[in-house]
Amino acid sequence: MSIILISLLFVSVSLFLLPKRIQYPATLLLVVSIIILSGQAALQAFNSTNPVQIPFFRLSDNEIFLVIDQISAFFILVSNLTMLTGILYAKGYLKPYLPGKSKTAMGLHYFSFVWLHLSMLLVCMLRDGLSFLIVWEIMSLASFFLVIFESEKPSTIKYGIQYLIQMHIGFAFLLVAFLISGISTGEPIGFESLQKYFSTRAVFPLFLLFFAGFGIKAGFIPLHTWLPHAHPAAPSHVSGIMSGVMIKMGIYGIIRVVTFIHTDLLAIGIFLLIISFISGVIGVILAIVQHDIKKLLAYHSIENIGIIGLGIGAGVIGMATENFTLAALALAGGFLHILNHSLFKSLLFYTAGNIYQQTHTRNIEKLGGLIKKMPKTALFFLLGSVAISGLPPFNGFISEFLIYLGMFKDLHTGDLLLSLLLLGGIVGLVIIGGLAIYCFTKVFSVVFLGNPRSLQSEKAKEPERSMFIPKYLIGFFIVLIGLLPVLVLKPLSGVVSVFTPDVSALIDVAPSLQGITISLSIFILVTGALWMVRKWRTKTIETGPTWGCGYTGANPAVHQYTATSYADYIGNLAKYITGTRKHYKTIEKDEIFPAPRKFETHSSDVFEDYLISKPSGKLLKFLDRIAVFQTGNIQHYLLYAIVFMLLILVLTLLNLV
Amino acid sequence: MVLNPLVILLVSLVFPGVVAQTKAKIVGRKGAPVLQPFFDNIRLFQKGNVYSHTTSWIFQTAPLIYFSTIFMAVLFVPLGKQAALLSFEGDFVVFAYLLAFGKFMMIAAAMDTGSGFEGMGANREALYSLLVEPAFFIVIASMALLTNHTSFYDLFNNLHLESELSYLIALLSVYIFLWIAMVENSRLPVDDPKTHLELTMVHEVMVLDYSGFDLALIQLANGIKFAIFGALIFNFVLPMQDYFAAQLVIFFIVQLFFAVSVGALESFRARNKMAKNPQWILSLSALAILGFLSVLIVTEKIILFN
Repeated sequence: MSIILISLLFVSVSLFLLPKRIQYPATLLLVVSIIILSGQAALQAFNSTNPVQIPFFRLSDNEIFLVIDQISAFFILVSNLTMLTGILYAKGYLKPYLPGKSKTAMGLHYFSFVWLHLSMLLVCMLRDGLSFLIVWEIMSLASFFLVIFESEKPSTIKYGIQYLIQMHIGFAFLLVAFLISGISTGEPIGFESLQKYFSTRAVFPLFLLFFAGFGIKAGFIPLHTWLPHAHPAAPSHVSGIMSGVMIKMGIYGIIRVVTFIHTDLLAIGIFLLIISFISGVIGVILAIVQHDIKKLLAYHSIENIGIIGLGIGAGVIGMATENFTLAALALAGGFLHILNHSLFKSLLFYTAGNIYQQTHTRNIEKLGGLIKKMPKTALFFLLGSVAISGLPPFNGFISEFLIYLGMFKDLHTGDLLLSLLLLGGIVGLVIIGGLAIYCFTKVFSVVFLGNPRSLQSEKAKEPERSMFIPKYLIGFFIVLIGLLPVLVLKPLSGVVSVFTPDVSALIDVAPSLQGITISLSIFILVTGALWMVRKWRTKTIETGPTWGCGYTGANPAVHQYTATSYADYIGNLAKYITGTRKHYKTIEKDEIFPAPRKFETHSSDVFEDYLISKPSGKLLKFLDRIAVFQTGNIQHYLLYAIVFMLLILVLTLLNLV
Repeated sequence: MVLNPLVILLVSLVFPGVVAQTKAKIVGRKGAPVLQPFFDNIRLFQKGNVYSHTTSWIFQTAPLIYFSTIFMAVLFVPLGKQAALLSFEGDFVVFAYLLAFGKFMMIAAAMDTGSGFEGMGANREALYSLLVEPAFFIVIASMALLTNHTSFYDLFNNLHLESELSYLIALLSVYIFLWIAMVENSRLPVDDPKTHLELTMVHEVMVLDYSGFDLALIQLANGIKFAIFGALIFNFVLPMQDYFAAQLVIFFIVQLFFAVSVGALESFRARNKMAKNPQWILSLSALAILGFLSVLIVTEKIILFN
């Protein structure tokens, strides 16, 4: 195994040296071979009841194993799929950058890409604490280098560094958590020591530490502040991968920790449910007020992390209260949503990449009417939008359906607390779903429908064909899971069986999923039939202008509903979260001919303001004040040294040091 | 089973006519025949279509999808002892989300015209439907809590077995469903379909640019939507009754009563101020939560007296 790793290291380093032309095919080859190797092991783990163990390497006397159980296998397969579509998409997306980038810069990008892939796979497989933390760090570094690809822009560097700092705060939490569990149990640090720790000591505090560490990666609110900046700064294939799978590694970590907890699960379940509810609802509210398409999608990742968390939280509550129907269905829904989100979110980021490449803007207020210029891109964006809103007949609906069903089924059996929690979960899913529809009708309509709002969007055209190959692949899976959800039951029950021995609920749900298949087939048939009937009945088709309510002088680009006005309702209803501010001058009564005036709105993220911007601003001010000591005068520095030595002398005399 | 969709579709054809007739009678007009909306639709089906230059295929597919989502919803509705054509655990989730998919497409279609007015209507529709959705799910959750079942058919058929208090809950649910139906169909008090000004419309302004076949589909679908909610309300109030013919008679009476009350409500109520609509719609969810709490008392999860 270590031979493979070392050879991969050498091959990936050679990416720097290859001529530019060959760099991409070499990376593709490397990624595909990693996928084949790891996919094989993952499939093997899926089909066996015991975890697959592969010796990895020896560290002094310690033999370190790669352990692949069904959870790891699931995450490996999800990562592989998205890495494949990512590298396929990168070909066309990176093409315009090639002339401006040196061989080394491209080499670094591809090298980081390969190592992000490898490190994510290893994160899912390693149980030993030290090596886990090392690959976790490699994952953060590799993604950092991927984010700062467009390093000539100052904002990219700024947000890249912000990302790097936040990742290291998370790393510190994980390190402390591992050390505590290792030292207090006397076992080598790693996941295995948690078994002993959690069975003898208070569970919640250590879980909270792990949650803080992994939650920063996953982007739970209020740990999410890096997400909306890093995703827009990164090139689109990287955003798709980071949002599609890398943030799921945080979820993996939380899930892995939970598998070792057997006491006090209820508190953890409630905690996960509540924080996921908050992440889901606030994430989507903040998404609605964004105008940068990639920032909007980044906030939607937070929302989807919330949905995943609702499923897992409800599942953990089900395990704690021994409601195994709830446990099995909600966990299955949560896991399926991990896969689903990786599919439609990467699809949405790739289509957003098409838009950015063609129009050179991410501001949706400057777009419009793109469906006529980029019909295929529009179709895929619509597919992603409907799927992410959790609507049938696509995959997002299936995972939400499983979570709903689990919650509804155990409403009656549980006690008062459980009933209230489940009602909260149901209402959370409903609100998130409704807001997601609000958000995606906004972004799809403003970007693709109506009239173009700028010259760029008028001149846009479809990008090169290779950029659609990954989209067809993703689209296929989105439709497949949406229409034939029975297919996913067996793999899901394998994953869920790691948590709860009783997965009969997943067998009982099969008729419902078949019912969904039947309903959706009828739905498609009816729609198709209506289409035929209309074609046959309608004799004349005329075109004319849109009804302007009697006014024909409208400017088609300006007199449309804008994204700002579409988001206005939510901005007002939730102004304490979105921090929406409007700047304008009211028209006075005596102003008979009003002068031209401006109207501006701003929104911000209240968590970022109060958790990051304001404290760091205050810290900087304080440090500025301390800077009076830094005079640049050598005499002063000598004085400091003497004062210090005198201090030491006095303290020694007083026996204080 | 096959009869359920048939009677619902039958009712949907006359429903708008009955509402209009009631409104006419209340203000002292003679009113158009009950079947007039139906004849209007027949005429529309024979006309050609006019599309705006600005629109794309979204605008053309939206009415088809809207109609078929609502047609699908019909197949999920049970009538008393008659199970629905499509009935499985969790069918109400599919029901609600299919309707939402239809709305998604109609909102996109309205935005597709590039008209500021239609955009405004679309925006309001998105807001109101997102606000009203929790009420529906909380009512269903109270029923699931009461009956320990998770399909429309089982929920309704086990509703009356528990205790006499469950009739109270059914009554509250009927009240909530009545208003949900008004919001879902964009009627008073959130939207006035008879207003003359595009600025104050919600649903009507969204379909301004539709004509011919598409417009007919949309109007038929609106009628069906009312009939669906009428059928759901019928399921709440249905006394234990095994005779199919008797059920059918009660069904038509309930639908008639529902249509007349919609007409009466529209005649005696003014439209809310647009800015007040969100609070008003959310109050339905608040009511639904009250219902949920009372179910918790009925099922003795909350014990008030020892």
